[in-house]
Amino acid sequence: MTRFDLARDSVRSLNQRLHESPAGHWVVSHPDGRHCIAAGLDAAVDIHIEGHVGYYCAGMNQQADITITGSAGPGVAENMMSGSVRVKGNVSQCAGASAHGGLLIVEGDASARCGISLKGSDIVVAGSVGHMSAFMAQTGRLVICGDAGNFLGDSIYEAVIYLAGKIGELGADCVEKKMTAQHRQCLADLLSASGVEADPDRFRRYGSARKLYHFNSDHAGDY
Amino acid sequence: MCGIVGIYYKNKDLNKYLGTMLASMLVQMSERGPDSAGVAVYRNSVDPPSTKLTLYAADDDYDWHRLRSLLAEAFSANVEIEIRVSHCVVTTTAPLPELRIWLDSNCTDLRIMSAGSTIEIYKEKGTPREFVERFALHDFQGSHALGHTRMATESAITTQHSHPFSTGLDLCLVHNGSLSNHNRLRERLQGEGIEFQTDNDSEVAAGYLMWQLHQGASLEQALTCAIRDLDGFYTFAVGTRNGFAVLRDPIACKPAVMAENEDWVAIASEFRAIAQLPGVEQATVWEPAPATVYSWGEE
Repeated sequence: MTRFDLARDSVRSLNQRLHESPAGHWVVSHPDGRHCIAAGLDAAVDIHIEGHVGYYCAGMNQQADITITGSAGPGVAENMMSGSVRVKGNVSQCAGASAHGGLLIVEGDASARCGISLKGSDIVVAGSVGHMSAFMAQTGRLVICGDAGNFLGDSIYEAVIYLAGKIGELGADCVEKKMTAQHRQCLADLLSASGVEADPDRFRRYGSARKLYHFNSDHAGDY
Repeated sequence: MCGIVGIYYKNKDLNKYLGTMLASMLVQMSERGPDSAGVAVYRNSVDPPSTKLTLYAADDDYDWHRLRSLLAEAFSANVEIEIRVSHCVVTTTAPLPELRIWLDSNCTDLRIMSAGSTIEIYKEKGTPREFVERFALHDFQGSHALGHTRMATESAITTQHSHPFSTGLDLCLVHNGSLSNHNRLRERLQGEGIEFQTDNDSEVAAGYLMWQLHQGASLEQALTCAIRDLDGFYTFAVGTRNGFAVLRDPIACKPAVMAENEDWVAIASEFRAIAQLPGVEQATVWEPAPATVYSWGEE
């Protein structure tokens, strides 16, 4: 195990070491809200961050499994390609933005724009998400065990949303869809992989009505 | 960028910790605003007919005692001063309108940072840590406070350009964001008799709230109207003599996180500023919803 204390050394130095000679299990202490911790990794390492992180933690992650024991600022796991990121606290806006692969697990609540422009990652939120979540999400899955703020799935493409709680107002072109046995199984597998306990039967599925894919003057008011 | 912080005590027994908590929050926002820092502190309320002014002099060696004598003589009034680095709180029974005119014509090297019964504003260029130490922020006791750390992007790094701004008695607003209709709104408010000291957009938001409060609106009502009348990106934290409020614009992309427990309410641009406050473990933590007014303390 490698210990790294951010009270004694810089984030830049940590990230350089993680980029140059990544291996094994790392414990990072005193993150104290610093930005860009463990960003841009491309190795199968296991990283445990003890405390709260700021912006863009675990951004562009590939292969690494990263756990944050506290809360995370905006853009956690943004553009993740593979691996996993688990946040035990809450996350700020744009969690998992534009992420292509891997699994993001939020054990607390996520704020606005969770999974914005999602491109293939799976996101499981044990709590609630803020407004405009899954905005323009292209593919991938967003599981929300709590409630969703207004405009969920606005202008969504082919991403899939599973929601257990209440919803404010659905976004443009986002509709509730039938929950088939296959979807229920996908959801159960995702919940199991994330370690978040929730009954798959409580969830509803949302996706695109596919009316906004191409400009259509009949729908000008929707754009 | 810029960082904003605010703290309001629901349990007044905690007033003695105001400076310590405010200082720790401000220093945590250093990277968001390394150029200058400022605070509005609500403390040591004075009763009418007394008023409190916070004055600023660029010269650290300004002769405040001489100013006190001159004021006492000119107004035949009681005048007390409390000097803090480049700032001085003047408490006096002299009538405020005449006092402003007198200061404008006799003390062109002074600026009025705040006026009211309770508010005091201190701001200075330099890092938040330097500010906290120079102004001995830990000494402050009071009911609530707002703070700002500035990263200058469109105007000079000077004390005058630093935040927070106060436009009306005991009113203070800190702002992260930018307004797009401030010029037209400033003209409209000037027509209504609201005066502005700078061309800053945040000052227009403060002036707008002052105008609404003058019309008889509560702080919550004033902010609800602001959602309709202010265009742009903003997270506002607002203080009045006994009130504290937060508002984000309808898109809410400027960061803000709040925490509330039985004893206090706090807001900051990033959770790191709140994470080390005593009692945070018992607090509800959330990010304020768009176009939603959160307010405390106003009667």
